[in-house]
Amino acid sequence: MKVPSLYSKEIMKHFKHPKNVGSIKNPDGIGRVGNIQCGDIMELYIKIKKDKKGKEKISDAKFQTFGCVVALAVSSMLTEIVKNKTLEEAIKITNRDVLKKSGPIPPVKIHCSVLVADALHEAVYNYYSKNRREIPLELQKEHERIQDTLKLVEETHGEFTKFEKKVLGE
Amino acid sequence: MKVYLDYAATTPLDPRVLEAMKPYFIKKFGNTMSLYSLGQEAKKALEDSRETVAEFMNAKPEEIVFTGSATESDNLALKGIAFANKEKGKHIITSAIEHHAVLDTAKWLEKQGFEITYLPVDRYGFIDPEQLENSIRKDTILVSIMHANNEIGTIEPIEGIGKICREKGVYFHTDAVQSFGKIPIDVEKTNIDLLSISAHKFYGPKGVGALYVRKGVKIEPLLHGGGHEFGLRSSTVNVPGIVGLAEAVRLRKKEMKPEAKKLTKLRDYLIKKVLKIENSYLNGHPIKRLPNITNFWFAFIEGEALVVQLDSYGIAASTGSACSSKSLEPSHVLMAIGLKHEEAHGSLRLSLGKYTTEAEIGYTIKVLPKAVETLRKLSPFKGKWH
Repeated sequence: MKVPSLYSKEIMKHFKHPKNVGSIKNPDGIGRVGNIQCGDIMELYIKIKKDKKGKEKISDAKFQTFGCVVALAVSSMLTEIVKNKTLEEAIKITNRDVLKKSGPIPPVKIHCSVLVADALHEAVYNYYSKNRREIPLELQKEHERIQDTLKLVEETHGEFTKFEKKVLGE
Repeated sequence: MKVYLDYAATTPLDPRVLEAMKPYFIKKFGNTMSLYSLGQEAKKALEDSRETVAEFMNAKPEEIVFTGSATESDNLALKGIAFANKEKGKHIITSAIEHHAVLDTAKWLEKQGFEITYLPVDRYGFIDPEQLENSIRKDTILVSIMHANNEIGTIEPIEGIGKICREKGVYFHTDAVQSFGKIPIDVEKTNIDLLSISAHKFYGPKGVGALYVRKGVKIEPLLHGGGHEFGLRSSTVNVPGIVGLAEAVRLRKKEMKPEAKKLTKLRDYLIKKVLKIENSYLNGHPIKRLPNITNFWFAFIEGEALVVQLDSYGIAASTGSACSSKSLEPSHVLMAIGLKHEEAHGSLRLSLGKYTTEAEIGYTIKVLPKAVETLRKLSPFKGKWH
């Protein structure tokens, strides 16, 4: 009998041999998402260069993630997906693109794929805003959604700690 | 190298236990309720098993009720006492670090109108007997405090608790699933009224447990039917499973003491070596813990990833990290001893057993620092939380 693996082949491959680990000195954009209490924090660093036609493209991407197997693996996958993408293309990348690469992920881990797409959008947002560039409307909306979700997560988390606090006698 | 360090999750069946069980599947397959000799043969095996289990904890045979699992035993103890004694009162006291089989049953009873006090624990996981005494009210019907914790191995001061409960006239249940067969237990000396055990935690088969119910204790069954197990657990009796449980108990009688000695030595060596890893911490008390359970947390990394990393080295371990649970909540035990969420996320339980060797522990302490280091390289936190 073949022992079934906990996660897909692709997830295990990237977990065991993650690509593009670390940070970038003087990055053009940083996306930091997640919540330490929930157990996932991802930092994405991107470098941006203009190509011959003058289009801005992501020339390099590196990540540092605190999280579970899936969070680590999809972080690595994302850095591969984004390389050489134009900023317009990068904004349009969603967790579905990550899931296409990763193969099936257990339902409770889907949020990891959302997290890494969020990190990418935040990194591009960070690049635009620190260079005082006009921020595309959809990116602005996405940034607000990410920040709102973070707040929501913190609030929901508060809900769940209520029982805990009762148990702890606080 | 393959190293199994999750004996607290489950244990392999002892081959001698399997041999004892074998005849009861095909040849001696009778129903204990049947009047002919085949049935009486099964009945005899059941009653002999009851005697073996009773003797081990200094109980009487008629005080042992066989069940399908420790979860069932805990459910029977809590719900059975609650419903049989609700005229006296509706208050139950338990602790914040009980197994979910107790904690979730208590939460369910809350919905049925019972009031539950969850006693906090200190940083080692000990409840305070004085606080327990002060929490007992006129309408308190049951105190349920585990003998030893399944995650961190802390051994609760149950002798003191038993004494308090007896003096106050309150039933005392203890979930002894992790401790039974690892350290001695005496229901008389400790004034225990109800005690849960599970065979698969001490080299017996899965799917069989028992509840000790002191004679005279008022309790209602969960299952109604043929009136098996003194009317407390109707269901055709799982004779092979029960014979297996009893054989495992019989073997524990001989092997428990020398094994505890060996495991304590290995445990302490493991703890000493693991704590050499930078930013690693022990969960639970250094000494007042089961001989076989160790639990640590490693800063800046997440436990599920660590467990999978260790698996790739051939080591089987477990974690209290939220990411390993279906609910994405971190271990309530680690939270109760005061760990922060991010600290509980980095937890690792290594639990030893009778087949654990020095070589296995040696291999583990060689590999573990590498696994921790690999994950720390991926982490945004370098030597400090920011």
